[in-house]
Amino acid sequence: MKIFIKFDFSAVCRKVLEDKLIKHQIKHRILGFGEVELLEKVSDAKFAELTQELREYGIDIIENQKSILVQKIKDTIIEMIHNPDLVNVKSSVYLAEKLGHSYGYLSNLFSDVTYTSIENFIILQKIEHAKQLIVSSDLSLTEIAFQLNYSSVAHLSTQFKNVTGITPSAFQRIIVKRREMANKK
Amino acid sequence: MQKDYIHIILADDDEDDRQFFTEAFEELKINTRVNTFNDGVELMDYLNSPEAILPNVLFLDLNMPKKNGIECLHEIKRNEKFNDIAIAIFSTSSSEEHIEETFVNGANIYIKKPSDFATLKKVLSDVVTINWQYHTSGLNKDNFLLRI
Repeated sequence: MKIFIKFDFSAVCRKVLEDKLIKHQIKHRILGFGEVELLEKVSDAKFAELTQELREYGIDIIENQKSILVQKIKDTIIEMIHNPDLVNVKSSVYLAEKLGHSYGYLSNLFSDVTYTSIENFIILQKIEHAKQLIVSSDLSLTEIAFQLNYSSVAHLSTQFKNVTGITPSAFQRIIVKRREMANKK
Repeated sequence: MQKDYIHIILADDDEDDRQFFTEAFEELKINTRVNTFNDGVELMDYLNSPEAILPNVLFLDLNMPKKNGIECLHEIKRNEKFNDIAIAIFSTSSSEEHIEETFVNGANIYIKKPSDFATLKKVLSDVVTINWQYHTSGLNKDNFLLRI
């Protein structure tokens, strides 16, 4: 028997983090969105052990300041796309306000570190979110377009095709067929 | 910390193609390590060996002697050890049916083989950039489909 599941990534990460920090008896506060405050001094050995254990779950402790800021930019963009109250907000304004740097600075830093621009990253994330909704919800493409603040379903379809090279309906067909194949095995 | 390079493998029986491919990557901004194999058997022997370093992206030419790209794709998809590898298929066919079938069989990327070096460079750069995003931003790899 095969079952299909969907994940709440942030809930999973939070639980793993909490378990590990409690296991090592480190007093802490989880600030949400990829930030944890350690409320006491942690020995290097313990810290290395924690880093190692978290890595098994694909959780990396980021040490470099630039990487931290880039991670914050990514988190903020993902938050914007997933939060219905924020889809209408202009991303350049929101990023600059929330992170306390000029958009020009953030934009240059982002391109240096990730090899792509903030604008492209936003488009990629929106299309990824659309894909996730296509495969895991009953929403129609029109409803998905509306939820992601596209002016029309045609606009979403065009952008989807530009980014992935295939149409949303072809994407859906392929995923459905893959699942059918996996079920037969 | 993030790895600072992307490991790439190409299996292609055409020596000129392998040469172009390696040169194209040398000229890109993104740090890459490229290994090439001459056919599907050589490739699978390597991937199945215990000392193999699995690539982030594997480029497969469809038409190869001994073991072709589709056979390699099937073998790779049957083995969980290879789940994290993004698979890109190089093909000269642009039949819609064929493309969809390749995706259904587990390919992530379908590339129509470019006929000139500039286009090849552009295509490879796009592939690696998007793959890098999947690699570093925790995107769902099951939904990674790209046709160029």
